[in-house]
Amino acid sequence: MNTKLDQFRSKLTPSKVKIDQTLLDQADAYLNGREFPTRRDEFWKYTRLTKISNLEVNVNASIIQSVPEEAIINPNAQKIVFENGVYRKDLSDDIHQVSGIEFKEKGNSNFKFQEDVFYALNYKYSTDAITIDIESKTILKDPIHLIMISTGQGSVSMPRIAINAAKFSESEFIVSTHDVNSQNCLSNVVIEADVHENAKLTINKIQNEKSSNFSVFNERVDQALNSCFTINTLTLNGSWIRNNVRINVKGQNAETHLMGAYVTNENQHLDNHTLIDHLAPNCQSNELYKGVLDGKSTGVFNGKVFVRKDAQKINAFQSNGNVLLSDDATINSKPELEIYADDVKCSHGSTTGQLDEDAVYYLRTRGLSEKSARHLLVAAFIGDVLEKIEDEHVVKYAENALSKRYGWSF
Amino acid sequence: MKTLINIKDLHASINGKEILKGLNLEVKPGEIHAVMGPNGAGKSTLASVLAGREEYEITEGTVDFDGKDLLELSTEDRAREGLFLAFQYPVEIPGVSNVNFLRTALNEIREYNGQEQISAKDFMALVREKSTLVELDSKLASRSVNEGFSGGEKKRNEIFQMAMLQPKLAILDETDSGLDIDALRIVANGVNKLKTPENGAIVITHYQRLLDYIVPDFVHVLYDGKIVKSGSKELALELEEKGYDWIKEELEKAH
Repeated sequence: MNTKLDQFRSKLTPSKVKIDQTLLDQADAYLNGREFPTRRDEFWKYTRLTKISNLEVNVNASIIQSVPEEAIINPNAQKIVFENGVYRKDLSDDIHQVSGIEFKEKGNSNFKFQEDVFYALNYKYSTDAITIDIESKTILKDPIHLIMISTGQGSVSMPRIAINAAKFSESEFIVSTHDVNSQNCLSNVVIEADVHENAKLTINKIQNEKSSNFSVFNERVDQALNSCFTINTLTLNGSWIRNNVRINVKGQNAETHLMGAYVTNENQHLDNHTLIDHLAPNCQSNELYKGVLDGKSTGVFNGKVFVRKDAQKINAFQSNGNVLLSDDATINSKPELEIYADDVKCSHGSTTGQLDEDAVYYLRTRGLSEKSARHLLVAAFIGDVLEKIEDEHVVKYAENALSKRYGWSF
Repeated sequence: MKTLINIKDLHASINGKEILKGLNLEVKPGEIHAVMGPNGAGKSTLASVLAGREEYEITEGTVDFDGKDLLELSTEDRAREGLFLAFQYPVEIPGVSNVNFLRTALNEIREYNGQEQISAKDFMALVREKSTLVELDSKLASRSVNEGFSGGEKKRNEIFQMAMLQPKLAILDETDSGLDIDALRIVANGVNKLKTPENGAIVITHYQRLLDYIVPDFVHVLYDGKIVKSGSKELALELEEKGYDWIKEELEKAH
């Protein structure tokens, strides 16, 4: 008998993108006869996949003629545009022109299999794949912006991005999702990054889809000696999102920063899963996720930090804070630490509450309306994360999007 | 002569317990009134009720504020009409910068009164002028509201906000509590400099000390939810010397 996953797969088109045969075999073996994870799986406890398994899948022709204005975040960035997971060379900047970058279309090969249904689906059914190498000692002045746009009904995007940040390089990537006349689309994005010795890589991820689309983001990052990696995940809009961030810190003296800000409303669902695996000693990681949930929206934060037996002298800090603006909003927050080394400094914490009513009253006694007072407090709560982001264009974009949607002022 | 605020027979309770039991107080423009009294007399309740704290229930009485029925107004509209409360315990608000929220406050007050928005340039000039007045470091002015401020800095920040908003009536709720003598002098100087023939202040305090610096026109004793004695500034000195017990005794004799 066919499983639901088999039925779902029968609607998809196998990848035409060049991929390692071993990887493809592994993906096949993993997927065959398997079922979608259910809420009995700890990893999917608060996120149902039923809607995804029931999606009406369509292959749609590309429709966009130009990059939508709302997808421009940093005007100086080199744009790489995807529509429904397919690289749109005609809309992208000529990245070959940028010195210090090697850009490969149609394929990437340095993947290792990840036992996960969405990784496996991406390998098997990828819509496109690109590789970006930042050559050693290259310091990129302007970011590279991966713009992912969903269009049409039931489109499935499964792009795969490989980033190689070579030794002593410094670079920033912006990854953003948008939608144009779309509904019930699925994006299943895989981003794999190797951050080599003494390299610095920042990924600023902005999720801002308005319509009823589904998004699964899978980032897997390996960090080498003395490297610094930052990923900022800003979820400004979107009806159903799952983020899986996995970071393997393999080299000593590495630094890892994960920031997240999420604002949900109505029936939106957002699930942030992060994993930092400290495999080497003398490293530090710093994680801060903050969210504001309104309406009947639901959120999940699951942040796991592993400190392996030989990873001594680790400094790992993790914090998740949530404000619930309505009685019907829900957050499931689960910070997890698993420590096998004995000489480490780790802390984690999670808070969930309402806005401080004393602060609301205080601001009102100064003449602010109740609405302004609440907006100011919510913006400040989220602003705590935004202010730590270096790219001012990214911060401005997020602030503007939130001001526009909620009337908050920063 | 017109009155700034006229409180008549005010009764207020919280959680069913009556705290104010028929309080009368009238403040005219240009006057500073001190309200003194022992712990639990209802001093802070009076401040909270006037500012519009919603936990309190007004069961009887009226408050006329410059021609408006104060008790009918929301907290923010009271502020917009020109009432200001300097908190005994100012709230810390992480992430909200002082100047940012003050600009919003000032503009909402102006909008309410049919005035134009203040320009960024004029606003910053006002911030500089007023922070100098209360000797508040301009760095503090732009930091998060009260976050990590010392007790003295918090109180100075209250007076700074008052200077920025230029209220008709300021209520200082135990502004002297927790202040050392230097901070007290600075805060009091700020209040004195802000005094005009048009505005007034109610200074709520437990100790006479503050009144050496902010000289009141009238001193009232609040006891058990009522003003039981009023007098000139000399009354404060008498209270300092004799404590509040003699007033209790006087009251008992009268009954």
